[in-house]
Amino acid sequence: MSVLVFIESADGAIKKSSLEAIAYGAAMNQGDVTALFLGQIDQAELEKAGNFGAAKVLHVNDERLNNGIIQAYSSVLAQAIEKTGARFVVLAKSALGDPVAARVAIKINGSFVSNVTGLPDTNGGFKVTRSIYTGKAFANVEMTSDVKIIGIRKNAVELNESGSSATIETFDAQLSDADFGVQIKNIEKQEGDVLLPEADIVVSGGRGLKGPENWGMIEDLAKTLGAATGCSKPVSDMGWRPHHEHVGQTGVKVSPTLYIAVGISGAIQHLAGVNSSKVIVVINKDEDAPFFKAADYGIVGDAFEVVPKLNEALRAAK
Amino acid sequence: MKILVCITHVPDTTSKISFSDNNTKLNSAGVQFIIGPYDDYALARAVELKEASGGTVTVLNVGEADTEPTIRKALAIGADDAIRINAFPTDSYFVAQQIAAVAKEGNYDLILMGRESIDFNGGMVHGMVAEMLGLPSVSPVMKLDIDGGKATLSREIEGGKETLELNLPFVAGCQEPIAEWKIPNMRGIMSARTKKLEVREPAQAETKTKLDNYELPAPKGEVKMIDKDNVDELVRLLKNEAKVI
Repeated sequence: MSVLVFIESADGAIKKSSLEAIAYGAAMNQGDVTALFLGQIDQAELEKAGNFGAAKVLHVNDERLNNGIIQAYSSVLAQAIEKTGARFVVLAKSALGDPVAARVAIKINGSFVSNVTGLPDTNGGFKVTRSIYTGKAFANVEMTSDVKIIGIRKNAVELNESGSSATIETFDAQLSDADFGVQIKNIEKQEGDVLLPEADIVVSGGRGLKGPENWGMIEDLAKTLGAATGCSKPVSDMGWRPHHEHVGQTGVKVSPTLYIAVGISGAIQHLAGVNSSKVIVVINKDEDAPFFKAADYGIVGDAFEVVPKLNEALRAAK
Repeated sequence: MKILVCITHVPDTTSKISFSDNNTKLNSAGVQFIIGPYDDYALARAVELKEASGGTVTVLNVGEADTEPTIRKALAIGADDAIRINAFPTDSYFVAQQIAAVAKEGNYDLILMGRESIDFNGGMVHGMVAEMLGLPSVSPVMKLDIDGGKATLSREIEGGKETLELNLPFVAGCQEPIAEWKIPNMRGIMSARTKKLEVREPAQAETKTKLDNYELPAPKGEVKMIDKDNVDELVRLLKNEAKVI
């Protein structure tokens, strides 16, 4: 028995969600954990996978894989499953991981369940709990195939550091031209920012901020907290903020430990994207804003007054 | 160009979710069903592409007879005809096999659907279908332009977007702002009544997962209100009570 974990990087470091996937693989207690990384990266960074429970890292050191190409990645992952004989594959939910795993499930005749919220129940069958209806409910499902692919949601498991380091083995995967049928022409990406789906803390702004020119205080607050910035759907629809910051039913679903909503009334579609946050703080000048019902802490007040004061207080408390 | 658009029939985004039959079925009493919002974007773009350069748009749904009003709405929006696979969409693997069977027969140039359904949020059917058909797949797609046999599209990535090029045919999972949702007009609604909605029996297919039961999240505790002139208190609570900073 063994577990294979597909890991990704951001800005040259293994993503925190991928470290969680490694920790999940180790906590499953189904044999040795091997991590798989595609593309070029600093070897010392890969060794860190050991700290979270991977005995080994398979590294496909191929510069063509520096950017995520769904077909090429799924070919490599399927080959790695075959090579390691893994019965379980774990990956963190991401814009790349999910479409890759879907293809791999077909290649290896396995099952794939995404949005898994905790460790499996292996008493009689193999059952996992997944989040459904955009966080409004859960489903307990049994995976009945031989090889099982599990896509985990953020915070599905706690990170524990063991102090070990993983051994790295180069893996020469076979890739064909067809794997590169989709060509990346251009990438526009904000470097150095905390990625929204990865963030432990998210600060979001809504229409209550009145215009894109007022986002400075949201960014300042996020900076103080080491947080990512998000926004409501109207804000991204009006072009005040880029689409990848839209949090909600049809945008990014986040599950940070702390979500701070500023000037967002809390439409049910927005709540759907944040309802798995551990703690929610709502700042809104309308005391009847529905968001307060979903919050843990609330402040009724003008964002332009409260947010700078809160930022000041947080900085002083550091 | 022949476009296949796969749609889901899902509870409206504002629905309150509850379950019946020992927590094994969605309680549909009082629930309004709609075309999956992401599928709706895919459909809107398909209709635009057809209007710009000709061709046909076929809508496909895997579902029992109760999904037909949703399919008719897609016809009213501008699809030319529809296929309903007469089966409950048991799991994503089952649904993907049904779509692949239709796609193989229909020889489509483009297969579009939403990036995920909003009931099970799996986001995997497009990838599965593409793999079954040996086609490329791209998701989530925010922009899609076709020029002859070639497509240029933009895909959302964490922290930004990438521009991609590929040849038809392929499968795409779509999201905003690929197109604006279309609201059916009276002419569309009238013509939808007479458009062809073919019902097919499902292809022989397996499932890979089995539902045990559903659960609702634990109710949220009371919100603690803090005075706007006492933000230090909030900082203290986040630090000492919630322990999140």
